[in-house]
Amino acid sequence: MSVIYVLLAISIAVAVCFFAVFLLSVKAGQYDDAYTPSVRMLFEDELVEKSKEKSNPTKSEIK
Amino acid sequence: MVISKCYHCGDDCDKTKVVFDEKEFCCNGCKTVYEIFTTNDLSYYYDLEGRAGASPNEVIGKYDFLENQAIVEKLLEFNEDGVQVINLHIPHIHCSSCIWVLENLNRLHPHIKSSQVDFPKKKVRITYSSENLTLMELAILLSRIGYEPNISLDDYDKKTKKVDRSLIYKLGVAGFAFGNVMLLSFPEYFEVEEFWLDQYKVVFRWLMFAFSLPVVFYAAQDYFVSAFKGLRSRLLNIDVPIALGILTLFLRSTADIAFDLGSGFFDSLTGLVFFLLVGRFFQQKTYAFLSFERDYKSYFPIAVTRLKKDHTEEKTQIYEIRPGDRLLIRNQEILPTDCILISGSAQIDYSFVTGESQPVFKHSGDKLFAGGKQQGGLLEVEVLKSVSQSYLTQLWSNAVFSKNEATHFQTITDSIGKRFTVAVLTIAILATSFWLFYDPSKAMNVFTAVLIIACPCAIALAAPFTLGNLLRIFGKHKFYVKDSNAIERLAQIEMVIFDKTGTLTSSAENTIVYEGMELTNAEASLLKNTLRASNHPLSRSLYEILQSNEIYTLDEFDEQTGKGIHGKMKEHSIKAGSANYVGEIKTQKTLETSVHISADENYKGRFVFKNKYRPGLNKLFEKLGKKYATAILSGDNEGEKETLERMLPFGTPMFFNQKPEDKLGFVKTLQEKRKVLMVGDGLNDAGALAQSDVGLAVSENINVFSPACDAILDASRLKGLDRLLKMSRQSIGIIKMSFLLSLCYNLVGLYFAVTGQLQPVIAAILMPLSSISIVVFTTVATNILGRRLKKIKS
Repeated sequence: MSVIYVLLAISIAVAVCFFAVFLLSVKAGQYDDAYTPSVRMLFEDELVEKSKEKSNPTKSEIK
Repeated sequence: MVISKCYHCGDDCDKTKVVFDEKEFCCNGCKTVYEIFTTNDLSYYYDLEGRAGASPNEVIGKYDFLENQAIVEKLLEFNEDGVQVINLHIPHIHCSSCIWVLENLNRLHPHIKSSQVDFPKKKVRITYSSENLTLMELAILLSRIGYEPNISLDDYDKKTKKVDRSLIYKLGVAGFAFGNVMLLSFPEYFEVEEFWLDQYKVVFRWLMFAFSLPVVFYAAQDYFVSAFKGLRSRLLNIDVPIALGILTLFLRSTADIAFDLGSGFFDSLTGLVFFLLVGRFFQQKTYAFLSFERDYKSYFPIAVTRLKKDHTEEKTQIYEIRPGDRLLIRNQEILPTDCILISGSAQIDYSFVTGESQPVFKHSGDKLFAGGKQQGGLLEVEVLKSVSQSYLTQLWSNAVFSKNEATHFQTITDSIGKRFTVAVLTIAILATSFWLFYDPSKAMNVFTAVLIIACPCAIALAAPFTLGNLLRIFGKHKFYVKDSNAIERLAQIEMVIFDKTGTLTSSAENTIVYEGMELTNAEASLLKNTLRASNHPLSRSLYEILQSNEIYTLDEFDEQTGKGIHGKMKEHSIKAGSANYVGEIKTQKTLETSVHISADENYKGRFVFKNKYRPGLNKLFEKLGKKYATAILSGDNEGEKETLERMLPFGTPMFFNQKPEDKLGFVKTLQEKRKVLMVGDGLNDAGALAQSDVGLAVSENINVFSPACDAILDASRLKGLDRLLKMSRQSIGIIKMSFLLSLCYNLVGLYFAVTGQLQPVIAAILMPLSSISIVVFTTVATNILGRRLKKIKS
């Protein structure tokens, strides 16, 4: 029945892992701006495809 | 005629329509931005969100100060090895198109490496290679596509602020421990005396103990600190019983497991801290894009042009300006300090300072005050005072700007905390002394049980959830309150004081009245076409109201900055401008802004610009008058007194010619008797706003500017101010009802505690249950209030 110690150890290790990841993500600033990423992920990748068709986009307008 | 909307910015295209690529644009600026976007594969900008742009408003030389490397160095976030990182504030950021285009800036310039938008803060962080692109070029590039960065003196002083994330960490720790302790404590609740459970319960219990350590010593530390501070200053705030409860829970539980008396209350302990922190987190609603702490610094430029002795120009940081220096002020630049005008014709727009929208004309030798914005030609001025000494800025040296009101204010939760603590301690002592006689072995058990069950978790949650939710509802109605503390203060207001210009009057609109001989149709049409060519703000507003649709090209047109305009068509000519310019000899001394007209050198009359009062003021004052004392405090002369008297209920006190310090002093005197709400808008109200119990700034465009205050109200909602005040009073009622509700739970819990029957499982059920029902009750009740507000609006 000492398997329960192994199970406990595993379950707590997993929980601590997730907790550590949470702390790291907070530290990296992931929770500072909770709005912009939600919009950003909805942008389509159209832009990239278009510029492949046009080999050399004109930059003349902007110096 | 259907007025078409500009494809780029969505403005009406009635004046100068430009058609390009089968799309209609309101001006050439918008067309150019469209061209830039389409030729650089950025046309997705228009698919994402229609008409989201802004017409570029390029002012030549605006960013010239960025040539000064010392200034640039201060603004940059990172600068090494040819890579620079800058965090720019762009007020125009407002939709997904903005995010998209700003994050694809590298399409426009190959040396921009990456850019990331922080939408709530309206900021963009740009990384670029400094060898090929300077900050000045970057700023010009952004303003050319309509995303003009706002670089003010505020950015210059700012040290990189550390973001305070401790609450999220604490919430994480408490939540993590709560979840795990819950799982570990579960078995013992259901299987009592079971063989295997008995074998392993020691391990389970000490594990729970281990999990609760970071909760007590890290996550809950704010409560201990606050309780200690309260006790030291002899105040029984709500954190005293909370800290006492947490401490008792921890010690009793530790003793329980150490002497094998029971499983302890670790789940209640971690749950309690977790719920309390959730309440704090909820209360922390912030409007990242608004700043409630702004002073003149966020409005002043970083540098101005100084004329050296040898008449060469240099860009100087404004703190380095000394009295006696000569400065050059260009069109759209702000006077950083009090000066004397040497040459040039000054039209100073003081709208940020006073709220008055019409520019003031000044002549050589006149004194100019800090904060005014020049509109028109180049000025040469001599500095009278250093920046911190000017008429405007010395207001900020007043002690009122360094004190923090929130710390002196006793919240409703704290005021009940005192009585609550006394009551709980009395019950605990009475019950313990009873058990000491009856059954001394149970006395300690009962004493701790009372302190545990009476821990006012639900009471501590009532205010954060009610007020936090109300902040959100207010925000939806364009009323942005700084924090929940400000709502509580708002509920106690007894007197409302209004500023006049810019607060009661609109700074965007004017009523224009014509006085004099009537203009003939031909003259009106000529006048309108002459005005069309002028960019002066007065010409623009006059152009809007004149009824004439004929459009033709003038034979002759000239504009004399600061004086007037002159147009000629065939044999007829027309002049519009100042009295002197049109040849009006009998100069009438008036306080109003007016444009005089003469046709063929004969004086015709004048257009008088009057402040337009916001709609619904009469009703607002009537409603406010029932509950509050009201007054008007204006920096202007008495010119509008009669109009105001006619419009407002009889006997409303009015005070005119009030300087910024007078306003502050006035509010201070009133505060001896009652709580004052100051409603203002400009920098000249800043002192009164800071001094008053609640300072409310009215703003027509919340993104642009408002002085330091406790709340910002969109100007269109001013007429509903009485409703908003009433709602904040009602919210206090909701909090009081929740107190009653949580007291009921406490009574039930106390019954178990006093009779010595408190099992961990009862505490584990009762505590979350009371907290959750308080959260549900307050949320539902505030939402009902919010719905009523919506109904009245529609």
